[in-house]
Amino acid sequence: MNTFYERWLGGKQGALGLAVLSALIFLIMPLWLDIFRLNLVGKYLTYAFAAVSLVMVWGYGGVLSLGQGIFFGLGGYCMAMFLKLEASDPASTAHQTTPGIPDFMDWNQITALPAFWEPFHSFTFTLLAVLAVPAIFAFVIGAAMFKRRVSGVYFSIMTQAVAAILTILIVGQQGYTGGINGITDLKTLHGWDINTTSAKYILYYVNGALLIGIILLCRYILSSKLGRLLLAMRDKEDRVRFSGYDVSNFKIFTFALGAMISAIGGAMFTLQVGFMSPSFVGIVPSIEMVIFAAVGGRMSLIGAVYGSLLVNYGKSAFSESFPALWLFFMGALFIAVVLFFPNGLAGVYEKYGPRIQDRVSRLFSRRSAPGSGTHAVRTKG
Amino acid sequence: MINNHPILAIEDLTVSFDGFKAVDNLNFYVMPKELRVVIGPNGAGKTTLLDMICGKTRPTSGTITFDDKELTRMSEPAIVRAGVGRKFQTPSIYENLSVFENLEISYPSGRTVFGSLMFRRTDEVKDRVQEVAEMIGLSDRLRDEAGLLSHGQKQWLEIGMLVIQDPKLLMLDEPVAGMSVKEREETAELLNKICEGRSVVVIEHDMEFVKRIAHKVTVLHQGKLLAEGSMEMVQHDERVIEVYLGH
Repeated sequence: MNTFYERWLGGKQGALGLAVLSALIFLIMPLWLDIFRLNLVGKYLTYAFAAVSLVMVWGYGGVLSLGQGIFFGLGGYCMAMFLKLEASDPASTAHQTTPGIPDFMDWNQITALPAFWEPFHSFTFTLLAVLAVPAIFAFVIGAAMFKRRVSGVYFSIMTQAVAAILTILIVGQQGYTGGINGITDLKTLHGWDINTTSAKYILYYVNGALLIGIILLCRYILSSKLGRLLLAMRDKEDRVRFSGYDVSNFKIFTFALGAMISAIGGAMFTLQVGFMSPSFVGIVPSIEMVIFAAVGGRMSLIGAVYGSLLVNYGKSAFSESFPALWLFFMGALFIAVVLFFPNGLAGVYEKYGPRIQDRVSRLFSRRSAPGSGTHAVRTKG
Repeated sequence: MINNHPILAIEDLTVSFDGFKAVDNLNFYVMPKELRVVIGPNGAGKTTLLDMICGKTRPTSGTITFDDKELTRMSEPAIVRAGVGRKFQTPSIYENLSVFENLEISYPSGRTVFGSLMFRRTDEVKDRVQEVAEMIGLSDRLRDEAGLLSHGQKQWLEIGMLVIQDPKLLMLDEPVAGMSVKEREETAELLNKICEGRSVVVIEHDMEFVKRIAHKVTVLHQGKLLAEGSMEMVQHDERVIEVYLGH
């Protein structure tokens, strides 16, 4: 129990932060917002998975991945393929030239379901694929780069290139992937309509619970010796290597872990938003994810969640009134954060948080002080 | 010498960087429990020699046999696991971690990804960290962040991080550079204590310090062996005086 408190929750401060975040996600948001807005928050929280993964990979692992969109997208596409197959049963696609295959395949003169789509009839396989496909992909990229000691900016550029390649591939292979439109018109999960209000509430809560679970898992990993090794590697990589550790394996592990976390977010995105498209895979979304993590604080798992919520809220609020200016604003925000708050919101909180806490507790003690004073007088009298 | 079989045998070792031979056809042997000091002017190939033993630089030709294993084809972590520890010239410690954590990371267990996830801070680990911390004089600083230590203490911490690995061969690159006279004396005592259980190779420029610790001295010059023998003998070697000690 004690280890659970110390290692999974992160002690008193960690447990407090987690309690506040849970209250916000599970109570305040659902009570305060209507289902349309709540669904939006749910969408933002799927990006938070990618931001949390960047805290692990970039903040602690020390390698900036500009390709988390790849894994977000892979997870999302795996889920979308399952849902699309379910939505494309022969009865509802009877009007197609080839009934029983997804509509976009039919439009592209494909007459049989491609072999790699077949296993996505199974929900169990899909759930495994959501985790395994991005993890294997990240393992291959990570092994190819880290074993050759590619790091720093070169690694970032490579991940960005992979994100671009994957986008081009998805857009180009329209018959197999749905192309630029993505995979749309998703309806049911095992016969359960995902577009109803109650389904949206349920998915929102599942998403929130998964996110909190991932944060706990990450805390546990960071509190192990592996977490300390990551910090040590960022500081003196050679010293770690010449202490008998294969540094590249630790980077590959962190990168693959980050890929899986992003992919869970992607799969939840598909379920809550009802489609998946290449616009969540490429360079721009990948960089946006970095901004969420940077604004929240790249060393703070909880901060990354707030960063995602805040930047996305700003994005929808700001782009409603000044659509053309949003990108400039976001660029400026990123530069400002890097220049003035390198540790993001979490850094600001760490700096001013204790002072505020102190002031609040003093306020309470002052209020209670007169009470105890009169009591003392009374007993005297 | 009781045991005539060297723990480290380097034969015909050459490394060339774009035609420049930093180490040239070198033969070098270290016996078990020997403390060897390597001296020589700048650019003599001393650090390159250590780099090749620990796998940081790959030799162009020649063999490095340690404890009957050929090191030239092994990865750096594998060489460490075979029992070679190496201290870098500038103190390489993890500034953001505590002294305890610095030593704990160097403790030879849980070195794989999943091993490190499952690693437990057992009493055995704590006792060993305590033991080494006492040896390097940092037992009252275990909770402190390593970045707060003085320069000399950082050097000792790194030596401690190697000792806790319990290597059969310990290599130190200029361990007393930047230390005060008193710190140098303490380091000499520390090294004499450390080499009771293992072989030690030290690169050093400070002749007073060399005299205090060396069993045998090797002088390198332009990547080649210039002289080898007791401190006494080397000091009176005319070639050594000419290229190194004279000025």
